[in-house]
Amino acid sequence: MNKSQNALANWLSGRKEQWKRLAVLVGKRRDQRDDNPDEVRETVTGFEALARDLSMARDNLADTQVVRHLEVLFAQAHETVYRKAHSPWQDLLTLYREEIPALVGGKLRGAILATVAIFLGTLAVGWLLVSLNPELAGLFASETMINKVQQGELWTDDMLNVLPSSVLSLAILTNNIVVALTAFVLGALYGLGTLYIIALNGFMLGGIFAFTAQHDMDGRLFQFVVAHGIVELSVICLAGAAGMQLGEALIRPGPRTRVAAFQEVVAETGKLLFVIVPFLVGAGIIEGFISPDPRFPLLSRVVVGVCYGVLLWLVLTGKIWRKRSGSDRGV
Amino acid sequence: MQEAITIKTAGGMELSLPIAAVGSRSYAFLIDWHIRLLLALAWFLVFLLLFLFLDVIDGAAIFGGESSTILGYVGGAPAIAIYFLYHPVLEIAMQGRTPGKRMAGVRIVSLDGHTPTIGALLVRNIFRLIDSLPAFYVLGLTIAFLTPKQVRIGDIAAQTVLVYEEKPKTRVIDVVAAMAESTSFTHAQVEVLQELLERWPELSKKVRADLARQFLESLDEKVPENFRKNELDRWLYSRLQLLSQGGRSHE
Repeated sequence: MNKSQNALANWLSGRKEQWKRLAVLVGKRRDQRDDNPDEVRETVTGFEALARDLSMARDNLADTQVVRHLEVLFAQAHETVYRKAHSPWQDLLTLYREEIPALVGGKLRGAILATVAIFLGTLAVGWLLVSLNPELAGLFASETMINKVQQGELWTDDMLNVLPSSVLSLAILTNNIVVALTAFVLGALYGLGTLYIIALNGFMLGGIFAFTAQHDMDGRLFQFVVAHGIVELSVICLAGAAGMQLGEALIRPGPRTRVAAFQEVVAETGKLLFVIVPFLVGAGIIEGFISPDPRFPLLSRVVVGVCYGVLLWLVLTGKIWRKRSGSDRGV
Repeated sequence: MQEAITIKTAGGMELSLPIAAVGSRSYAFLIDWHIRLLLALAWFLVFLLLFLFLDVIDGAAIFGGESSTILGYVGGAPAIAIYFLYHPVLEIAMQGRTPGKRMAGVRIVSLDGHTPTIGALLVRNIFRLIDSLPAFYVLGLTIAFLTPKQVRIGDIAAQTVLVYEEKPKTRVIDVVAAMAESTSFTHAQVEVLQELLERWPELSKKVRADLARQFLESLDEKVPENFRKNELDRWLYSRLQLLSQGGRSHE
């Protein structure tokens, strides 16, 4: 055996146990939450030694299996040693208390106003279209819905005879979440997809209210919608605003590249989903249990709808988390 | 040439993570799709059969009545949740992996090579809604084919990338160290011999025989000609094993 081989053999046999130990420690660190300080120290020391070993191996053994093995181990150890501190509850708290209110009151404010304006505009257009041309109701309502209304019934009247509240809630909230998420992600089509979803929802709501009004049933439809609708429609508009912002980033990226602008806006507006999804779950439960149940009078529905809407507003503005200062309390 | 992302570590070392190709991505997805579909179906069917067996629900009126509500809660809702939340939940829990990705040998990482944040993994999954358009992930696959990092829109949005994940081969070090100690081979020869032995079961008989012959000839060893069927293969393997254990006179 020549000198260099001898050196290699000695080096490998001298170091391999340390590498094995490091692999075990890295595996443990990856799965374990309560870190043993001695093992953490040993991991860091082992990682530093491995960095030297890898550097030497790269110089002397080039592209060999030993180098590949050390690189894989190094990548895993690097991930373990340099990963960011994990505090999901703290992150979530910061998100609700600071980031979402800042987003809604700042960068997203214009997009929210624009989306609400588009929604209300299309709602008015839908109303006008069906009011002036009643036959256009077919564009927004199915034949079954039209027949029911013409017979003096709302299609929502016997919802609970078809599906139990739990299944109904589940179906509704799943559908609403998919609609809201779709409104958001379709912003990636330069905002056109979002625009389509918001406008379609506005047209449909306006058209259907106009159609029921022609049969003097708009009051009953309002009674069905009011408990869940305030939050449901607001949240879909919020998702739409986030989608519009994505489109805006792609159309007018400013000094950034389109991809960078897109990624930045996704990272910012994506936070809104932590409000959108939970509130849609609540709206789905209300729509399954309260809205179709005739035992709830109009007043209680309005109270539920308004209170839930106020809760959404408090969360979006961050007022729900803020303690009143001394001056606020008149001290 | 295989694309890779290069990470510069804190100590100034550079690491290369090879980017997973569209084939590996699709392979992982197909495995995961089968797993989540079967899990969701199995969950629902188990409860449906249980309810029918216990006569809890009337088979003719599945939608209606209190028992169907319970079935909706314990059978339907979790089944839907399993199907739709499989990817986000497992990717978060398994740090950028799923069973399918693990089997395909790939993993999601952020552009700096770390495990992506929970937010990034959620965003990546929400954008499946657009990647899956118009059907069967046509848009996502097209984008993945067209981008240098082979990523779908969800990955672009979340700033993530799918890379091949290798596991450290501790055994390789043991074998290479043992050979370096007991044989007179150069390191390159040790590597070839070790790799050939490791891949022996995967290679076809013809290919492994050719490679083994080439290796032995490089050592000036002659392979006898008068072997019966299958005997050559066994002889070559045992000869290589003997060499790896130092069965060659030291020079």
